[in-house]
Amino acid sequence: MDQDRRTFLGQTGKWLVLTASAAIAWEHVLAGRPEEAPNYKATDHWWGMAIDIEKCIGCGTCVRACKTENDVPHEAFTFRTWVERYVVDPADFDHPVVESPNGGYDGFHQREVRDPTLKMFYVPKLCNHCEHSPCVQVCPVGATFESQDGVVLVDKSYCLGCRYCVQACPYGCRFIDPRTHTVDKCSLCYHRITRGLTTACCETCPTGARALADLKDPKDPIHAFLREHKVQVLKPQMATGSKMYYNGLDGSVR
Amino acid sequence: MTREASDYAHLVRMAGLFVIGVTAFVVLRWLMVPADFGVLGHYRAGAVTDNMKPPPVFAGQAACVECHADVAELRAKGRHVGVACEACHGALAAHASNPDGQKPVRPDARNTCISCHSANISKPASFPQVVPAEHAPEGSCAACHVVHNPKIS
Repeated sequence: MDQDRRTFLGQTGKWLVLTASAAIAWEHVLAGRPEEAPNYKATDHWWGMAIDIEKCIGCGTCVRACKTENDVPHEAFTFRTWVERYVVDPADFDHPVVESPNGGYDGFHQREVRDPTLKMFYVPKLCNHCEHSPCVQVCPVGATFESQDGVVLVDKSYCLGCRYCVQACPYGCRFIDPRTHTVDKCSLCYHRITRGLTTACCETCPTGARALADLKDPKDPIHAFLREHKVQVLKPQMATGSKMYYNGLDGSVR
Repeated sequence: MTREASDYAHLVRMAGLFVIGVTAFVVLRWLMVPADFGVLGHYRAGAVTDNMKPPPVFAGQAACVECHADVAELRAKGRHVGVACEACHGALAAHASNPDGQKPVRPDARNTCISCHSANISKPASFPQVVPAEHAPEGSCAACHVVHNPKIS
C-alpha cells in the first residue's frame, strides 16, 4: 500500500466525521417530528394511577378537563372520568348513599342535611386499566385491547357497538358514544402520556388527589405512595388486576 | 367387481366443493382482516397509533412555565404551589402554540375560587373553605387575596 501516515490519518478523520454526522442525521429521521412520533417505547412503561381520596374535594375540575381534552359528549351518561360522593352511616356500612350529579361536572352542592355523624367523602372514578380486563375478554372482534404499556384502549374504527364490554366492565367505565354508536372510555389520555405529558385530569387536579404513575419507572413517586399508604383497588375480589391505586378507600365504596 | 369412474363422481364433487370453500375462506379472510391485526395481540396494531394521534388540548405545566416563569415563581412561594396553571385558566394548548394569536380569557376571580373553596361538609375538613354568601359576597376574591400566592388569614 502506497499510503503514508498523513493521508491515512486524513482519510480516517474524514470517515469518522462523515459517519458521525450520518448517524446523528439518521437518529433525527427515526425520531420524526417530536410532537407526532416521539421516541416512545411501549414496553418501557406500565401505566396506572395513584388516587388519594383524602385529598379529593369534589370540585369536578378533572371531569371538566377530561371532557374538554377528549371531546366527550355532554350527555348524562357519557363520562370518561367522574366523581362520586359517598354518604355513609357508619352503623349501616352496606347501604351508602352515592351521588354523582352530572358526574360531578359542576362540583357538589352543600348537603341540606348536615348530619355530623355521617361519613362523607369523594371518590374519583375512571377506567381501571385492568391487567386482566373483563371488557377485553368479551370483545368479539378485538376492538378493545390491553396495550403493551398496560393501557386498555378502544379501536373506534373496528368497534361494532355491540355493548358486550359495557356490560362486562365491573366499574361502569364504558359508554356508547351517541355520535358514532361505538364504545368510548378513558384512554388514560394515551395521546398525552405517549408525548411525555400527564393526563388531563391529573394535570388539572388542584389538590394532587390523582397522579399518573409509570410503574416501570423506578423514580416514579408511585412506589413511595404504594409503600407509605394503605392502598386498595376497587373490587379486588373480581381479580381484574386494576391499576388504579386508591389511598383511603372505604369499604363501603362499590 | 369392477368400479366405474362414475362411482367416485360424488366424492370428487364433494372434494372440489371443499377445496373451493377453503380457498374462498382463505381469500376472504385475507381481504377482510387488516394486515396489522395480530401483530401485537388480538387487535389491530395500528389502533395503538390511532390512539396517540389527537393533539393535546391542555398544554401542560412545563409549556406554561416556559414563558410565565415569573408567575410560577410567585406561585411556588404560596399554598397554590401544587395547582397547575390550567386548573384555573383552562385548556391552553392553542395559546401555547400561538401565544399572540390565541389570547386566553382571564378566569373569573370569584366563581373560579368558589368552585374549590366553597364550604361543603363532605370536603376534607383540613381544606380551606368559606361560605361564599357570607365571605365578601359582592367582591372579587382578588381584591384581598393574591390569587397566585393566596394568604390564609
